[in-house]
This record gives sequence, structure tokens and C-alpha cells, in this order.
Amino acid sequence: MATTFAKAAEGTVAEQTHAARMEHVSKSFSGPAGAQLVLDDVSLDVAPGEFVTILGASGCGKSTLLNLVAGLDRPTQGSIETPGGRPALMFQEHALFPWLTAGKNIELALRLRGLPRAERKPEAERLLELVRLGGAYGKRVHELSGGMRQRVALARALAQDSQLLLMDEPFAALDAITRDVLHGELTRIWEETNLSVLFVTHNVREAVRLAQRVVLLSSRPGRVAKEWTVDIPQPRRIEDADVAELSVEITEHLRGEIRRHGQH
Amino acid sequence: MASTDTAAKVKTDDLAGLEAGLDALDAVELRRTPVREVLVKKVLPPTLAVALVLVVWQVLVAAEITDETKLPAPSAVWDGLADMWLQGTLLEVIWTSVSRGLAGFLLALAIGTPLGLLVARVKFVRAAIGPILSGLQSLPSVAWVPPAVLWFGLNDAMMYTVILLGAVPSIANGLVSGVDQVPPLFLRAGRTLGATGLRGTWHVVLPAALPGYLAGLKQGWAFSWRSLMAAEIIASSPDLGLGLGQLLENGRNNIDLPGVFLAILLILVVGIAIDLLIFSPLERWVLRSRGLLVK
Repeated sequence: MATTFAKAAEGTVAEQTHAARMEHVSKSFSGPAGAQLVLDDVSLDVAPGEFVTILGASGCGKSTLLNLVAGLDRPTQGSIETPGGRPALMFQEHALFPWLTAGKNIELALRLRGLPRAERKPEAERLLELVRLGGAYGKRVHELSGGMRQRVALARALAQDSQLLLMDEPFAALDAITRDVLHGELTRIWEETNLSVLFVTHNVREAVRLAQRVVLLSSRPGRVAKEWTVDIPQPRRIEDADVAELSVEITEHLRGEIRRHGQH
Repeated sequence: MASTDTAAKVKTDDLAGLEAGLDALDAVELRRTPVREVLVKKVLPPTLAVALVLVVWQVLVAAEITDETKLPAPSAVWDGLADMWLQGTLLEVIWTSVSRGLAGFLLALAIGTPLGLLVARVKFVRAAIGPILSGLQSLPSVAWVPPAVLWFGLNDAMMYTVILLGAVPSIANGLVSGVDQVPPLFLRAGRTLGATGLRGTWHVVLPAALPGYLAGLKQGWAFSWRSLMAAEIIASSPDLGLGLGQLLENGRNNIDLPGVFLAILLILVVGIAIDLLIFSPLERWVLRSRGLLVK
């Protein structure tokens, strides 16, 4: 059961053409000034095994889009498909449950996924090993550092055994050194597991460092403004010259999008 | 090609080492407070306060500010306590009340918990009885003694009725405020993990609401104990056995002021003891295991 997705996935993934498909998705919220359009006609595919980052300034609706894909909210118009089942979701805050140990947090995810009791502990230990936290099984959340918490959160997300991992600025609250290390870990785990990742951020370099494809959203309302394919080989580093070069180009477009809002 | 492969390998190995270093640097040191520090910081201050009260009391008696019928000497109260101990009635009297109080509290727990959960999770129920439930908390439970006596007569059923009417609202309200304070992030995280409906309530909402619920239990116990004492003082009858409330009422009837003081002190001490022995450790354990308690 546990390995169907991680190891034998190549066969099943090949039959699917996408891990997530957003078609003409619009979302508006009713606010004090009437209905406000947050996302406008967003169409985007994430291929099986693909790593896509969504980039945008505040107000581009990137978190809203992720909530829609996660099924936490419904689009006003358009449709979203995730053929691999309910996607896993990681937040900016670790969102681990403080009444459980690191290991039990992961086991809860395994239990809710329907894994038999006897298999839960070994699987939780394997996942902790995967994020290089083998000794942290019995640790309480408050005993872990920020970076360790996000790694446990990543292990818990992986425990859902979903083909699609959604990440909502998961490293934004970490210090630069820790963030660097976690970029490396995420890349390694993504390469090892055939996961499809949809990663939201406002950090251009982070987007280029991680992704195969960077999607820039405009703000208020969020629309797909431009896309870049990143063919710099992994492992990359955030200070690599080609990462910096592409980042400069994308930043120019991002600034252009932001400037439009100052011209009334 | 070979060189890039080794470069990649060096990079990942480097990552593992870097990560181990970061984890070691960021490790949170947890220290248990030494016994001496606990004694000095937690036990000494209240002991001093009690000693001070006793000294002031004794000084007032010695200075004959007022006569013995208004303010008995601490020694007279102590003698009363010693008498009860020697007659073997002390523990019996305390147990009569404590067993009643705890049984009533457990019953209140069994009713207040599902009630609180219903009010917290079902909008219609909350709108319908939420305000009544919090309003009931401000009604002194002694007000329920007359109707309870009329309904049931002078028996245990009447006592439990008064306890329940006093304690159920605070237990239910504690749970409601505990559920209201659950961070929305936990609910979202729970839903993405597949904890919806009853599974969400069991795995996420209830454990997350535990600190608020425990605060409600503490208050529920205080209300149980107070309600019980009110019931015992007002409705004393030989059939009911001698509890602390009746002891107080008997002291008044016999114009035995040391006995009255003794009964009040016993009621106070038992109430505090149950809180210190059961509820405070429980609350501290829950808060500490979540990293919410620094000391």
C-alpha cells in the first residue's frame, strides 16, 4: 500500500496527463464593497512529477488558488481536477498538533489515510528518516527548532501518500541558512519520490531555485501573467549565476505587475 | 559527466552535515526545576502567608480586641479538630461531603461535556441555548435549593440536582470557549489530512480544546463544591448523614463559634486540596506537554 505510490508510481503516473488541472478558475469573495474578484480565469496544468512555483506579489490570490486546489474552498467559476486524490498541503506555519509528538503527528496522518495500525510506526519512522530526523520520533513540537518543525510537517504531508504536494510559502518564516538547507532537502525528496509539487511563494530566487516551471500571477485580480521554464540542472544553489540571471528577468516582470497598481 | 555526479554527491553529503549542525545548534534545552527551587518559589510564600494569618489571629485574641464568643482562639479551633479526630468522626464527615461532591461533579462532567460540544459545534443549538447557559453561571446555585427540596424532599437526589445545576453550565461553557479558541490553522490542517466530521472532532477539535476544557473543569469543581455546601447548610436532616455543611449549621445551632470556624476552615481546605491534588497537576501537565508553560 505504502509503496504503490512512491515506487510503482511511474506506471500509473504515465497514464495520467496531469497531477492537477485548473480550467478557467475564477474566485470572488463578497466583501464590504460588493463582490471582489480575487482570481480571474486562471488555467494551469501541473504534469505528473513536475515542480511548479506560483509567484506573485500580495493580493495575487496565490494562497486562495492553493486552497481551491486543496479542496478547502470552491471556485466561483471553472473547474479543478486532482486525479491523484486529495492533495497534501503544507503551510507557512508548521501546523503540527502540539498535543502529539513528532512521530504521532505523522501517525495521525497515516491513520486518517487508512493505514493499518501495525504499519503506522515503522512508516512514520521511515518518513522521519527521509527528512533526516530519525531521532525525533518522541519529541514534542515545542522541543524542535523552526527548521525541524517544517521537516516534520513535510514528513506529515508525505504521509498522506498523495501524488500532489501543495506548499504555501512553507519556508517564508525560516532564517536564510535553514531555508537554504530545506530547499536542498525538498529538491532531494522530490527527485526521490515522483511527487508533483505546486509551490507558492513571493520570493523570486526561491521560485527559480526550486522549480522546473515558474508561473507569475498578476495582482488584483490574479491572472497568469507569464511563465518561464527553468532548465538549470539540479542540484542548484540559490546563489548560482544562472539562478540569479533568470531571477533578475522575472523580478523585472514582477515589478512591472506591481507598478501597474500605482498608476491610477 | 562524472565530475558533475561527484559534485552533486558532495553537495548532498554536505547538506546532511549542515543540517545535523543546524539541528544541534537549534536544539531546545529542557531543564527540570530542582526541588529546592520549587520549595523556595512555590511552597514557601503560601506557607508564610498562612503563618502570618495565624499570628495576626492569635495577636487579636491575646489583645482581647473582642470577646471569645465573637472571635475564638486558634487553639480552641485546634482543640475542636483534635476532638473530632480522636472521636474518629473527622474523616467520616469530610468523606460524606467529598464523596457527594465528586460524584456530583462526575455526573456534571458526563452531562456538561456532550452538551458543551453540541453548543460549540451546532449553530442552531448555540443560538438557542448558548446565552441561557452562560447566563446560568451568574445565578447563585443556592437559589436552586428551595425548588430542589420541593421536587425531591430532603435526600441525595436533591443534593445532586443542586450540584448539577451549578456545575453543568461551567463545564459546558469551558468546553465551548475551548473549542472557540482552537486555532483555525489546526482545523485546516486537520481537514487536509482527512479529519472531517466526527473524526475531525475527535482527532483535532477536542484535543486542541483541552486547555479551555480543563479550565472549565476547575471552575466546575469549584461550583460543585459551593453548591453542595449551600445545599448541606440549608437542607440539613439526620437522614442525609453529617457532612461539612451540616457541621457548620450544627455549630450555629449550638452557638459553638470554634466549631463554626473549624467547619469553614475544613470546607476551604478540602476545596483547595482537591484543586491542588487533581486539577492543577492535570492542567500543568497538559500545558507543559504543549510547551505552553515555561515554569
